[in-house]
Amino acid sequence: MLEIKNLHVSIQGKEILKGLNLKIGFGEVHAIMGPNGTGKSTLANVITGRDLYDITEGEIIYKGKNLLAMPIEDRAREGIFLSFQYPVEIPGVSITNFMRASLDEIRQYKGLPPMAAGEFLKYFNEKKNLVEMTANLAKRSVNEGFSGGEKKKNEIFQMAMLNPDLAILDETDSGLDIDALRIVAQGVNKLKRADNSTIVITHYQRLLDYIVPDFVHVLYDGIIMKTGGKELALELEEKGYDWIKDQGKA
Amino acid sequence: MKKIETKLYDDFLELFRINPKAFSHGNSNFVKQQRELSRQNFEANGFPSNKNENWRKTDLSKALNNNYIIDYQEIERGKETKSLFECEIIDFDTKLFTILNGWWASNTDLTSNSQGVIISSMRKAQLDFPEIFDKYYGKVAKEENGLISLNCAFYTDGYFIYIPDNVEFTQTIQIVNLIESQSKLFSNTRNLVVMGRNSKLKLVHCDDSLSRVDSVVNSVTEIIVGDGANLDFYKLQNKDEHSTVLTSNFIEQGANSQTNSNTITLNGGLIRNHIDVKLAGKGGNANVFGLYLVDKTQFVDNHIFVDHAMPNCTSRQLFKGIADDNAKAVFSGHILVRQDAQKTEAYQNNNNIQLTDTAGIFTHPFLEIFADDVKCSHGATVGQLDNDALFYMMQRGICERTAKMLLMFSFTQQVIEHIQLSKLRERIVHLVTRRLKGELASCENCALSCENPNSVMTFEIDMEKV
Repeated sequence: MLEIKNLHVSIQGKEILKGLNLKIGFGEVHAIMGPNGTGKSTLANVITGRDLYDITEGEIIYKGKNLLAMPIEDRAREGIFLSFQYPVEIPGVSITNFMRASLDEIRQYKGLPPMAAGEFLKYFNEKKNLVEMTANLAKRSVNEGFSGGEKKKNEIFQMAMLNPDLAILDETDSGLDIDALRIVAQGVNKLKRADNSTIVITHYQRLLDYIVPDFVHVLYDGIIMKTGGKELALELEEKGYDWIKDQGKA
Repeated sequence: MKKIETKLYDDFLELFRINPKAFSHGNSNFVKQQRELSRQNFEANGFPSNKNENWRKTDLSKALNNNYIIDYQEIERGKETKSLFECEIIDFDTKLFTILNGWWASNTDLTSNSQGVIISSMRKAQLDFPEIFDKYYGKVAKEENGLISLNCAFYTDGYFIYIPDNVEFTQTIQIVNLIESQSKLFSNTRNLVVMGRNSKLKLVHCDDSLSRVDSVVNSVTEIIVGDGANLDFYKLQNKDEHSTVLTSNFIEQGANSQTNSNTITLNGGLIRNHIDVKLAGKGGNANVFGLYLVDKTQFVDNHIFVDHAMPNCTSRQLFKGIADDNAKAVFSGHILVRQDAQKTEAYQNNNNIQLTDTAGIFTHPFLEIFADDVKCSHGATVGQLDNDALFYMMQRGICERTAKMLLMFSFTQQVIEHIQLSKLRERIVHLVTRRLKGELASCENCALSCENPNSVMTFEIDMEKV
């Protein structure tokens, strides 16, 4: 699905990713963990095409295509979805209209006709229930005045609507209480197909109790310092990141 | 006051010398006397030049140095406005009256309403209802510049609305002010609205163009909002680039009254809206909102003055605008809190998006506070579209052009959501969307009902340049 080779990325002359390699197969769930400021969000942003960064070396291949040459919106239309750490508020634009615009453009890209209004509404309601979103929330402007938990639920709702092939969850657990965390994680699990892949970026093991990863990577100092199974997350929880740092030096 | 050197100044005064009754014929003696005083003021002050502080960013000289016809020939009433002009919003129950080239053109007025409501022309009302007219006429307009004096001296006609005490006029009154002329035209219109205690009025005032000739509309509107009364006042301006629109609006509010004013400018040549609100009774509340979308060489100036003269009043100003190409937008918001106006709350915000380097935004907040127990704030921003929001939308597969359109639409919502009349709000949402897509021109019809404009000119906010 996704292959990142020797990725070097800097922002304003400062190198953040220093030759990162990562391979994600179809149907796999990968967790990326690591302390603050090691480049986890940078990685998510570079995959989705945010133009704040200089990519000085390396390549990203997505479904056999050169991802770095693709515009932001085409990456999304090709099935890459980012659940934002800080979802943006868009006053005056309802979630319904926002999703309508989004879905229409994605369908147009794929050569499909726009969904009929009735069909769209049925689909919209179906997905809304998946994340236990209230009817009221769906009528409101995108993220405007939402609580932290509502914003994250709204991200997963959008994920359900767009049904991506590669979903990147950037700190989706941050700011969530245990009930919201459960709803969000269950939503993600329900969206799991045999052939779609998920990257879960997180600080804490907690989320991984719900979304069980096939692989856990530790991103440290701009590279994947260590890779293991789900037990690595538990080990990190116990020993902290210094342990990895020391191993890296050794 | 420094004057603009223009032939128009001499033309007006010369016309008066030749034909002193050109404008005042058929007027009441009271109005005739007022006109004479104003004429003297105009002669002394002339047209305000940009050497005056309140006109620093607004230069009228180019718009005024033009061969305008000063029209004083009364237009025959009852020119069939339906065929002249279609302006109906579906399901929007309005009572429509038309002012054409400065004259009351509707063949009807409302003078025998069972509730005592009067909707008529200024010329007729001053003769038929002098007991109301003379009591309020000229009482709240301040001749603080020559344009206002010019209007008071030389206006042709306008609308008069009277809502008695405790009457709620449920229908929305819609006034359409049109210019249709083969020659360049300068018109002065004068309006008076009197609202009794605890009355309610919804008033929509549209300025539109029918013919594409250079024109100036210089209007003065006085609105008296009685104690406990409630006014919704909407101005919608969709004029062509040949048009100069100079409006001076004076609103005086009684105790515990409520005013919502919303000025929406979609297109225009040179537009200046002077809105002066006096909170003259305790517990009054004024919302003064506005939205302007300008491009090409369009110019818009919103000049707001809110006078807190009494305690426990609240005022909120919110003006938002987008300027593209070489367009210029000026906002100046003056809040005065007088010494007695304790427990005042006064807020002001002006937010702008400047789409090009050549567009100009000038914003000038001015707070004068003489009371000590007040809450006041002001904020002004000039910015570009939010990159985080653009990325967020594009990450959902939305193309850049649409994302920018949605963001600009989002930017306008904070003003639009304050429109209380739902049908009007829906209509404005539709118009603003089309304006942002570049589909709305100042077409051959009223903006409110305009479905299919023949784009003689296209006024497009060019999203590529953002």
